[in-house]
Amino acid sequence: MNDWSRAISTHRVDDMPSPFGTVTGNRGLQIEETLIFGQDSPGHCGVDLPEPAPFRSRLGGLERKSRIGLPGLSEPQVVRHFTRLSHNNYAIDTGLYPLGSCTMKHNPRLNEKLARLPGLADIHPLQPVSTVPGALELIDTLAHWLKVLTGMPAIALSPAAGAHGELCGIMSVRAALEARGDRRSRVLVPESAHGTNPATAAACGYTVDQIPADATGRVDRAALEARLGSDVAALMLTNPNTCGLFESEIIEIAATVHAAGAFFYCDGANFNAIVGRVRPADLGIDCMHINLHKTFSTPHGGGGPGSGPVALTESLAPYAPLPWIVHGPDGLRLLEHKAGPAEHSLGRLKGFHGQMGMFVRALAYMMSHGSDGLRQVAEDAVLSANYLRGRLAGELSLPFPGTCMHEVLFDDRFLKETGVTTLDFAKALIDEGYHPMTMYFPLIVHGAMLVEPTETESKASLDQFVEVLKALAAAARSGEVSRFRTAPIFTPRRRLDETSAARKPVLRWRPEPAHRDAAE
Amino acid sequence: MRYLPLTESDRAEMLGVIGVDSIDALFADVPDAAHLDGPVDLPRAMGEIEVERLISRMAARNVSAGSVPFFIGAGVYRHHIPAAVDHLIQRGEFLTSYTPYQPEISQGTLQYLFEFQTQVALLTGMEVANASLYDGATACVEAVMMAGRVTGRRKAVMAGGVHPHYREVCETYARFVGFELQAHDPVPGGENLVAHVDRDTSCVVVQNPDFYGEIRDYSRLARICHDAGALLVVVVAEILSLGAIRPPGEMGADIVAAEGQSLGNALNFGGPHVGLFATRDKFVRQMPGRLVGQTVDTDGRRGWVLTLSTREQHIRRERATSNICTNAGLCALAFTVHLALLGEAGLTRLARLNHAAAVALAERLEQVPGVRLVNRTFFNEFAVQLPRPAAEVVEALAERDVLAGVPVSRFYPERAEAADLLLIAATEITTREDMDRLEAGLRVVLS
Repeated sequence: MNDWSRAISTHRVDDMPSPFGTVTGNRGLQIEETLIFGQDSPGHCGVDLPEPAPFRSRLGGLERKSRIGLPGLSEPQVVRHFTRLSHNNYAIDTGLYPLGSCTMKHNPRLNEKLARLPGLADIHPLQPVSTVPGALELIDTLAHWLKVLTGMPAIALSPAAGAHGELCGIMSVRAALEARGDRRSRVLVPESAHGTNPATAAACGYTVDQIPADATGRVDRAALEARLGSDVAALMLTNPNTCGLFESEIIEIAATVHAAGAFFYCDGANFNAIVGRVRPADLGIDCMHINLHKTFSTPHGGGGPGSGPVALTESLAPYAPLPWIVHGPDGLRLLEHKAGPAEHSLGRLKGFHGQMGMFVRALAYMMSHGSDGLRQVAEDAVLSANYLRGRLAGELSLPFPGTCMHEVLFDDRFLKETGVTTLDFAKALIDEGYHPMTMYFPLIVHGAMLVEPTETESKASLDQFVEVLKALAAAARSGEVSRFRTAPIFTPRRRLDETSAARKPVLRWRPEPAHRDAAE
Repeated sequence: MRYLPLTESDRAEMLGVIGVDSIDALFADVPDAAHLDGPVDLPRAMGEIEVERLISRMAARNVSAGSVPFFIGAGVYRHHIPAAVDHLIQRGEFLTSYTPYQPEISQGTLQYLFEFQTQVALLTGMEVANASLYDGATACVEAVMMAGRVTGRRKAVMAGGVHPHYREVCETYARFVGFELQAHDPVPGGENLVAHVDRDTSCVVVQNPDFYGEIRDYSRLARICHDAGALLVVVVAEILSLGAIRPPGEMGADIVAAEGQSLGNALNFGGPHVGLFATRDKFVRQMPGRLVGQTVDTDGRRGWVLTLSTREQHIRRERATSNICTNAGLCALAFTVHLALLGEAGLTRLARLNHAAAVALAERLEQVPGVRLVNRTFFNEFAVQLPRPAAEVVEALAERDVLAGVPVSRFYPERAEAADLLLIAATEITTREDMDRLEAGLRVVLS
């Protein structure tokens, strides 16, 4: 019970540690905000609703009798609560967010505005299709843009996120193999891959075989070819890869994969590096998911919602999940069943028709940039990463030679014998007002720091970031270890005890024992 | 281009620092055969005015729910969203942040997710909930897969009253993930599932209220499942119903998989929505998805972190409990804000309003010649049997600017017995005039 009671934050000051000496524990604009459950005014409500006139219940005696336990708050309290919480977040709106492989770029507000148009937000997926021609048009237009940009003939739009798109792709591969009576058991995944790749392959019943990287940070082709065989269903390869490097032998890799009768799945998480300049179809891939939130700027929202359309070749297209939108003599048709042209579809992967709200945002982004602007997006993203690389090459350590794509990978050799770790270095960046880069990923590089500036940072912003990184590297070398080990200091919370969080999980608030009677 | 801050002179200067003479040099690793010389064949950049015009034109071709009498539900419900919800979720600190991997500067997201997890656990009557999944249908299949991990068994028994999309998603995953799905005929009225629970059964999946709106007590089924070593998975497609109905946790459910769209989230033509997932403490290490846990920082102050991540793909890779990475963070925030605004009193009143609206509508429609109410019980949605194919009736009413409901044949076109069934929903937004229009329209169309 002690664990639960600790969860209760109250307005009382006596149980609020205040290491900085204020009465409240607050520090100016940084406010200690209690949980909503600690702000309960029983019976209070932030929405004025009328009580219905008496009526005969049809709940069949299954009425809820117990109290739910939800707190009552007025609108001002709720608005203040969540506004205060928002102040405890770092965001792309507030600063450079160099989280490699995550692509934290500016989220245009036009996209938010358009996604909220009643004709797009206030339409139901099960309205008669005759009442939503504009919705089908929008989805079809998005698919057209994605087809032209990828060079692929078909797009599956229903996956709800990148990892869901991976599942869609590998299921399509398995369906295609089964259709030709070919049972294969292994999927090849480079060691540098995102964790979702092996997790997806395993979820689809495949054994995962890891492929090492070579000295240049790319797939070791000899190792790949040694593992290819008639039992391999697919290779899952991220390109540009998670070291921020283009797999320069990708066309040859595709050829060897195909020669073995396997499919080539491309993880399109880093499509933003090549959009408008390279069509994945020209690289020989069979399918690729696209994270709309990465390449096409739909907001990350603190972890979703995402959207993961999958581009497919002709050989995999028949297996695309439902629903399909197809061109018919009378305009666009929505196919919701495994019949007709969609007879071989692998079926449904989520409810309804996909992440429409994300489609609107992505299409608005594409239209805003146009074919020329999208190409510029890729170029500026790659230019910015290489600029950081060029300016930091002498200060931080680079595991691989040559230029990079949209993100630059450092390792921790520059911290050798300083007593400062990658984690410490990242936490010190927080004190300087920056979100850290991706740490310890990819796994093939020791103490990895993966920096992705994106195309939406100004040169001044990049220059300032460079100066901060240089100064921190110099501080580490000059022996200022405690500055790093104690960082961050100027944050709403300092380093948190993740070990005890996992050992004795407290995953929800519960009423204090003294209040429990009242709650039940 | 308004979203790109670099100027031409910046670019030239940066290329100089890098030590290359053109941007093409930075793409030198791309095989020659794959280089595009110029922009692809798509429209060029547009200003806000043009983009807004083009997309607004598409939007204007649709009949929006708010512009007509509207009675469509079947897993997605039109409710009033308080203005504060949309304001708060558009704060850039929420909208434009990433998954809270750096807890020191993500306490805002982490704290609301902890509040979200608590709200979901309270509503469902369960002990613990995760930080959301994609939607109700994927939450349902994750529940089935989790039951397989917990029990070490591979057969899932599914009631015919589970939402057809949830059922179809489970069928897809069953084929590829490798479990057996024994799904029953989708007919109103339910079936005896008890006979199908055996020593190979990992779980029984039911929905409450079911797809046709019927409400049932699953307490006995839960006991039978538990006696057989199986889990009971309860799907809730209309989360608001739990403001009025006994929650699955009180009926003995082991996992609740739900759709949370009704709170805070617009129809959005079916997505994004928010999957809710709740279970018992003892199964927490088999859960899919992100979890936020409470802890302390080095100063001893309470804070939150993502926890139990050794279940997850970024740590465990091919041995993860699920391949899920992203959840529905911002939709979960909308849910949390809306539920915080409602509170206990507001949520239960909102649920009563919905039930009252549906009861009023059902009583009126029962008076229409040829219309038969199928349900014995219901919350805010019910099924009626019509004397004609429901799809035709819905089309005819749509021409009269009434969106009357969902013909069950849309989901089961091959089942003749479903042809005349129509699902009709009413919520707090439904007015008496809306009901007048539906009733009058039905009288004309059916006469």
